Amino acid sequence: MVQCINAPLDRTFAALSDATRRGIIEQLARADASITSLADHFQMTLTGMKKHVQVLERAGLVITQKVGRVRTCTLGTRSLSAEAEWIEAYRMLFEARFEALDEIISEMTQEENDGAAGH
Amino acid sequence: MEQQGISADDAQNRTVVERRGDRELVVTRTFNTPPATVFRAWSQSDLFQRWWMPRSVSGIALVACEMDVRTGGKYRLEFSAGGSDTVAFYGKYLEVVPDERIVWTNDEGEEGAVTTVTFEDRDGSTLLTFHEAYPTSAALEEAVQGSAAGLPEQLDQLGEMLAGMAA
Repeated sequence: MVQCINAPLDRTFAALSDATRRGIIEQLARADASITSLADHFQMTLTGMKKHVQVLERAGLVITQKVGRVRTCTLGTRSLSAEAEWIEAYRMLFEARFEALDEIISEMTQEENDGAAGH
Repeated sequence: MEQQGISADDAQNRTVVERRGDRELVVTRTFNTPPATVFRAWSQSDLFQRWWMPRSVSGIALVACEMDVRTGGKYRLEFSAGGSDTVAFYGKYLEVVPDERIVWTNDEGEEGAVTTVTFEDRDGSTLLTFHEAYPTSAALEEAVQGSAAGLPEQLDQLGEMLAGMAA
């Protein structure tokens, strides 16, 4: 399972390592948009915006569709959920660690209390 | 009854993970005890070894643990997934302030993160912040890939646990 999600996950992180591309994702989370309107919004050339969208598309974060002369961008979800999955696995590991740490801390506190009571 | 007590505590003391920027991961959690106790459980190897890799969850055991927790000191952790092979993680402590903070390097790979754990007093409780800073966004990316490839058993176990909880 893990091996399968590695490649898209890798591309996701690369795609999201750029502030403009994260902005595009935020923008598309609100509404679909054409490349032209995204270029306007981010005050960027059409060519520049196309490149960013291509990176996001390759990572599966964005889907584009050309209708007539307009290419519309929509949010893709597949790789985002893979990243979320990784973050959740990381969180679960720490949660388990910290639960175990909590138990040890209880023991330590108990020992300290016992020690204090004994003297 | 005990189970209920544990889950009530968990509701208060959530483990939160956050990506900060392109190259940082931050984990926070509160413990109902002063920083000195949490610091000791983190810096004393016999205690640290008992919680850092809970076997029930990960399927991986921390089989050897040497820690010289002082500025300039070194550490070496060896993990085993049950077979005869072990994987070592090691590095050195860049800064140690008793009861407050520990900063260490992760030298087993290239472009390893610098990890900082801080223990902040919050009215007798401890706010613990575990912070990993990678030198580049590509390094974080690679670490994610590397840890995912290196700890499949762990993630599988987590998956099973999650599935069990959902059932």
